[in-house]
Amino acid sequence: MRRLVIVGASLGGLRAAQSARTAGHDGGIVMVGRESHLPYTRPPLSKELLKGTQEIEDSALAVGELDVEWRLGVPATALDRERRRVHLADGTDVPYDRLIIATGCRARPWTGPGATLAGVHTLRDLEDAVALREALRSSGRLLIVGAGFIGCEVAASARELGLDVTLVDIAAHPLLPFGPELGERWAAMHRDHGVDLRLGVGIAALVGRDGRVSRAELTDGTTIEADAVLLALGSVLNTDWLAGSGLELNPGVVCDATLTTVADPDILAAGDVAAVPLALAAGAPTRVEHWTTAAEHGQLAGRNALLDPADRSAHTTPPYFWSDQYDAKIQALGCPALAERIELLEQTPEGDRWVAACVAGERMLGIVGVNAARRLPWYRRQLTSPPPLAQVRDELAADPKRLGAPAEASA
Amino acid sequence: MKVHVDMNLCQSHGECVAVAPDIFQLGDDDLLVWQEDVPDDRRADMQEAANACPMMAIRLED
Repeated sequence: MRRLVIVGASLGGLRAAQSARTAGHDGGIVMVGRESHLPYTRPPLSKELLKGTQEIEDSALAVGELDVEWRLGVPATALDRERRRVHLADGTDVPYDRLIIATGCRARPWTGPGATLAGVHTLRDLEDAVALREALRSSGRLLIVGAGFIGCEVAASARELGLDVTLVDIAAHPLLPFGPELGERWAAMHRDHGVDLRLGVGIAALVGRDGRVSRAELTDGTTIEADAVLLALGSVLNTDWLAGSGLELNPGVVCDATLTTVADPDILAAGDVAAVPLALAAGAPTRVEHWTTAAEHGQLAGRNALLDPADRSAHTTPPYFWSDQYDAKIQALGCPALAERIELLEQTPEGDRWVAACVAGERMLGIVGVNAARRLPWYRRQLTSPPPLAQVRDELAADPKRLGAPAEASA
Repeated sequence: MKVHVDMNLCQSHGECVAVAPDIFQLGDDDLLVWQEDVPDDRRADMQEAANACPMMAIRLED
């Protein structure tokens, strides 16, 4: 294999290039990036960077002496598998022998009235975070639309900065992927910290004064005054450039467990865009938009891309992610979003540290914990495939290190 | 080799624990404890642990 092309110059792409070099690839590597930056880490963008406890430079991922040709600030526009070329926005194209797709997601746009007013933000890239940070420094009232992870983290950051925060979501609970049972806990956490949380209501229009947003009209007829608005409505895949390539793109770039696309053994995918069979999802091709998954996928894809398909190894690590809000470190393993119900498994007597199981049928598909970091390695071992909940409970009862039995029968 | 962890950065994600549970552990207070002197034949493991750290808190030294 002579030339490895990696489209996507964020965490997954960088780890792919590094691991290809570590595994001995001495041919060319071309890294194509939509953004003009060298790779950086995104988790601080909604937290430390906004609060000013971390500087922009500290977000850079260590690149070291990595021998690659960078093509930054030039998005890929098309993939021609027949001629084995990636077309770029500047009209050039890049030939490949093997290709890794790691183009990630972008913020889901909102196109309602007032969407283009000054003071209306989304948060995905470094520029977004810098602009939002400036807005938080000069604003008194922030409206956040969408109480998912980004919306909730920014709400916490903005409250810590002393802003008045209104958080709106059309859903009945914040952090919906964790299910309704835990919704009251998250809602209470934000209300206890002074957030004006409005659930079950959407945004109808943003209204401005002199081209700047000044208030929002909600679907229930109420009005929220705001100096800045964050639209945190989730993400959409950066796979438009793959249309017509013949790759299967639903629910993402469909791969086998070795991250090899099902359509083409010379093309692999990593990170947010990769739909990979997941044991915890009964083998269904599943996309996982977590930092650690992008890192793990990248590392494996870089190594696998050098090998014949039969020699490639599978990705088996259960998904892990976290969210820091106020003094709560929320951590999750597995696939909470696929659960049918939540059952509290362990909790300190004070109730400030706990772990809950995300359950479908009689099997545990994942866990959610708050301030229970030391318990996670135990659950990680349980979750390589979905274990019966009864077995988890039995083993937990015998574990002297558990936090304590929950006081009530359920969450 | 030496393994350094910047405890100002570490947020107890436990990714390093998953890679090398004999070298890294989380204590009862959720804080990381780790073995600083690691045999050179564990270099690949330690690099993987450093790469897996979401906070980029792990640094290796020869």
